[in-house]
Amino acid sequence: MLRLLCLVAVLSLAGCGELWNNPYPESERSSNTLYSAFTERPKHLDPAQSYTSDEWDFITQIYEPPLQYHYLERPYRLIAQTALDIPRPRHFARDGRELGSQARVEDVAFSEYVIRIRPGIRYQPHPAFATGSDGRARYLDLPEREIKRKYALADFPETGTRELTAEDYVYQIKRLAHPRFVSPIFGHMSEYIVGLKDLAERLRAEDRKIIAAHEARYGRADRGYPWLDLRPHRIEGAEALDRHTYRIRIRGKYPQFVYWLAMPFFAPMPHEADRFYSQRGMNDGRNLTLDWYPVGTGPYMLAENNPNARMVLVRNPNFHGETYPSQGEAGDAAAGLLADAGKGVPFIDRIVFSREKEGIPYWNKFLQGYYDQSGISSDNFDQAVRIDIEGQASLSPEMEAKSIRLRTSVGTSTFYLAFNFLDPVVGGLSARAKKLRQAVSIALDWEEFISIFANGRGIPGMGPLPPGIFGYREGAQGMNPVVYDWIEGKPRRKSVQDAHRLLAEAGYPNGRDDKTGRPLVLYLDTVARGPGDKARLDWYRRQFARINIQLEIRDTDWNRFQEKIRSGNTQVFFLGWNADYPDPENFMFLLHGPQARAKTQGENAANYQNPEYDRLFERMKNMDNGPERQALIDRMLAIAREDAPWVWGFHPKDYGLAHAWVMNVKPNNMARNGLKFYRIDSALRLRSREQWNSPVLWLPLALLAVLVIASLPAYFSFRRRERMAARP
Amino acid sequence: MTAYIIRRILYAIPILIGVNLITFALFFLVNTPDDMARMQLGAKRVTAEAIEKWKAERGYDKPMLYNGSAGGTAAITDTIFFEKSVKLFVFDFGNADDGRNIGYEIATRMGPSLALAIPVFMVGLAVNITLALLMAFFRATYLDVWGVVLCVAMMSISGLFYIIGGQYLVSKLWNLVPISGYAGGVDSVRFLILPVLIGVIGGIGSGARWYRSIFIEEIGKDYVRTARAKGLSEATVLFRHVLRNGMIPILTGAVVVIPLLFMGSLISESFFGIPGLGSYTIDAIQAQDFAVVRSMVFIGSVLYIAGLLLTDISYTLVDPRIRLE
Repeated sequence: MLRLLCLVAVLSLAGCGELWNNPYPESERSSNTLYSAFTERPKHLDPAQSYTSDEWDFITQIYEPPLQYHYLERPYRLIAQTALDIPRPRHFARDGRELGSQARVEDVAFSEYVIRIRPGIRYQPHPAFATGSDGRARYLDLPEREIKRKYALADFPETGTRELTAEDYVYQIKRLAHPRFVSPIFGHMSEYIVGLKDLAERLRAEDRKIIAAHEARYGRADRGYPWLDLRPHRIEGAEALDRHTYRIRIRGKYPQFVYWLAMPFFAPMPHEADRFYSQRGMNDGRNLTLDWYPVGTGPYMLAENNPNARMVLVRNPNFHGETYPSQGEAGDAAAGLLADAGKGVPFIDRIVFSREKEGIPYWNKFLQGYYDQSGISSDNFDQAVRIDIEGQASLSPEMEAKSIRLRTSVGTSTFYLAFNFLDPVVGGLSARAKKLRQAVSIALDWEEFISIFANGRGIPGMGPLPPGIFGYREGAQGMNPVVYDWIEGKPRRKSVQDAHRLLAEAGYPNGRDDKTGRPLVLYLDTVARGPGDKARLDWYRRQFARINIQLEIRDTDWNRFQEKIRSGNTQVFFLGWNADYPDPENFMFLLHGPQARAKTQGENAANYQNPEYDRLFERMKNMDNGPERQALIDRMLAIAREDAPWVWGFHPKDYGLAHAWVMNVKPNNMARNGLKFYRIDSALRLRSREQWNSPVLWLPLALLAVLVIASLPAYFSFRRRERMAARP
Repeated sequence: MTAYIIRRILYAIPILIGVNLITFALFFLVNTPDDMARMQLGAKRVTAEAIEKWKAERGYDKPMLYNGSAGGTAAITDTIFFEKSVKLFVFDFGNADDGRNIGYEIATRMGPSLALAIPVFMVGLAVNITLALLMAFFRATYLDVWGVVLCVAMMSISGLFYIIGGQYLVSKLWNLVPISGYAGGVDSVRFLILPVLIGVIGGIGSGARWYRSIFIEEIGKDYVRTARAKGLSEATVLFRHVLRNGMIPILTGAVVVIPLLFMGSLISESFFGIPGLGSYTIDAIQAQDFAVVRSMVFIGSVLYIAGLLLTDISYTLVDPRIRLE
């Protein structure tokens, strides 16, 4: 017993001042570090290739496109980042004559964006910029034998920097057409940027020559191709006018183009970096590539790149400086979001992203204070949030006790049920099909779906546009009259009787075809990922059964599901869309006939075709926001609601939690570069962690003691049997 | 013995070709190169041209198994199967579909996998054998009966339960070790304590019960009776004679898994955030990354064959009567 007490004392002393369950090194206890997590391993960190939000969480802190979204203001507004101002497009007719800013779309042959970047911006320290005493690049012409001794970027001890120039932005635009990798936006951009498609052809031809010469020297199997210098290849659509000014020339009028200038695809790329990583041997089992080690001008730079375990960003010592915004939307000041107005950013020195593949450890580490912020999965929703009878979300007492804060926002996304317009039963503009779709739209009770399956996190859709996007209307004006009635100041879903009536008018009284007498059976193509989906699928069946329609579930895998949609071999299916940019065009084009998936592999997965809608879309898409555009959108929404190519599902709400020591957190669905505005009270974090995580020793020791005591009879029995004399 | 080993290595070649062929067939039954391209390029704005370019860059634009348009041997060699498989036999794994080097990944992930798997294996073996011997020692007593009942109960519980329960109890309630994460060097110990503990406890049910049955069988043999008749203590009989003779079936199960320890644990690594080969394989399956999947299956097959060979060799070490001809 004495030994046991000694052990308890030793363990208790050992625990003083140190948190045993702290996953971070003791040296980081009070550091000005933000701790976050990531689930999916990033595939690409090259801004020309990366197109997922998981990857942008990293690279948008490093790379700086010329524009960015205002951190606080809503609706979302573009502001300059490295640019001096927002470029205003100049429009030109086919004969070169300049047109006014209000020029008609059909008159505009070209539009030009002249972007002036701020002088004096410098890149992060990087070996690609290192120079020797003679001024020549230190690491750009390394012999292969020297590269063979390098395994990480840290093996290049010397670093350098240089000023950001307009040519770097032009270089990156050319990289969208690079023959050695696929940029996901090349197809789209080549339709607009003048000469990009032609550049791709020229680069391909040049690359073939380079590769042929390389293979002649090293053999076909060798993939260490030399650098393809893009600088000599001029492109009319992207030209540097001087050291700090460049011009982008696009075909026609495309007002949404300016939003692309806030995405990493249009971030600058120094040719030295491209050349540095293209040296023979760099990617020979070492992953020394531009796709692995970014080079930017942003507030942070990647100090540790281990996508299997953790990614670490540290403050870029050469960052040009930026100040925290001084104005936001109503309520921001009261929420403390303007307390740091005008102060220089970034506030945080270091950001550690740890990989958490599973939700349980992620959530528990957040509750222990080892992650500074977290989302809320459906498994943890009841533990974190209470929904009152009015549907308002608030924190649970457990979260409030820890002073955790809840941030909610309606995402710029939509989730919907699509009817395939190529299907003979549910598709087309006939009155029969239209009324059938309208009946289903009424019968599917999205309010119930949101309550049951999304924990109340969403608002029912009245059309494709989510709140916060120009064209979206609140209240009675924005209601979908096909599905809802405005009663007592609220939209109320029409009754099932209305749906039955529509169904009967469609020729399916009581869910039976009035010509054949056969029951109406609809087929839902879906990807069920596990037993958890059964409840959802049963709910769908019940909703259709309310109007006597039998719903057959055709479960398949993701690949086949996509293939069916591409070939138009579906009837009804669920799909979602996240906005690329906050413009109605980015949602309304999902119903644009010429972009039908089955015909052109476009984004109109329902293959919806309505000539009037398409005509209005062509006019609306290139207009500036204003009453005229709003009127067009209203007309388009009325057409789409009447035709009901989708059951306008819901717009999910994003719920996020942050600890009390994390300041300036505001959800921003369009931009992911907001970490530079975050501030941490690391002293409060340390105190909270110590309070929440002191080791509990008495319980495991008591358990151990019970085990020892329980095994004592066995021990004594063993001793007795060992001493037992042989029995006659 | 050398001739035997060489013969076994030669036998392995057709087995590995077969494994490769089956992996290839199974993978491409559910995924097409177009699916793989779409998975890598993302769901938005992917053009047919981009898909073709992606496939061409990675050699997925060729016929699967037979190239009818090529003449001579190229009909076989200028195919996806041949090009993707032949380099495996010289352990050149190439790049993953996202462009990253597989050999580099395997080299960096092997350490964390082994850091978890070796202690689980060693400690688990020691604990299971000890508990099995104790149950054999107390055979037909309440300790033995309840020990077997407990083993059956522990076998019946999902491994996931041990992991989630262990994380909740040890890391969340008692705050003794980190819930998940990994660090290099000595610091890795505090991250490995819990997964090793859970790995060992999770394996006790099946391991101890199986070894117990081996030892019980041995205890009934004549040499044990002779040893007792000589007046040896029960502990000496058990730990010296029964254990040594029970090692042959134990080796059958144990040695064969030693090489496979390199492959890591699929579930534990994911839940404990250990960046090993198990979680690499799971990621690759989810990402439909054929390059990684085939590499991991190939390595797994090689290691399994090596494990079987090692088992055969180990027989000769523990039982001199056995000769490998």
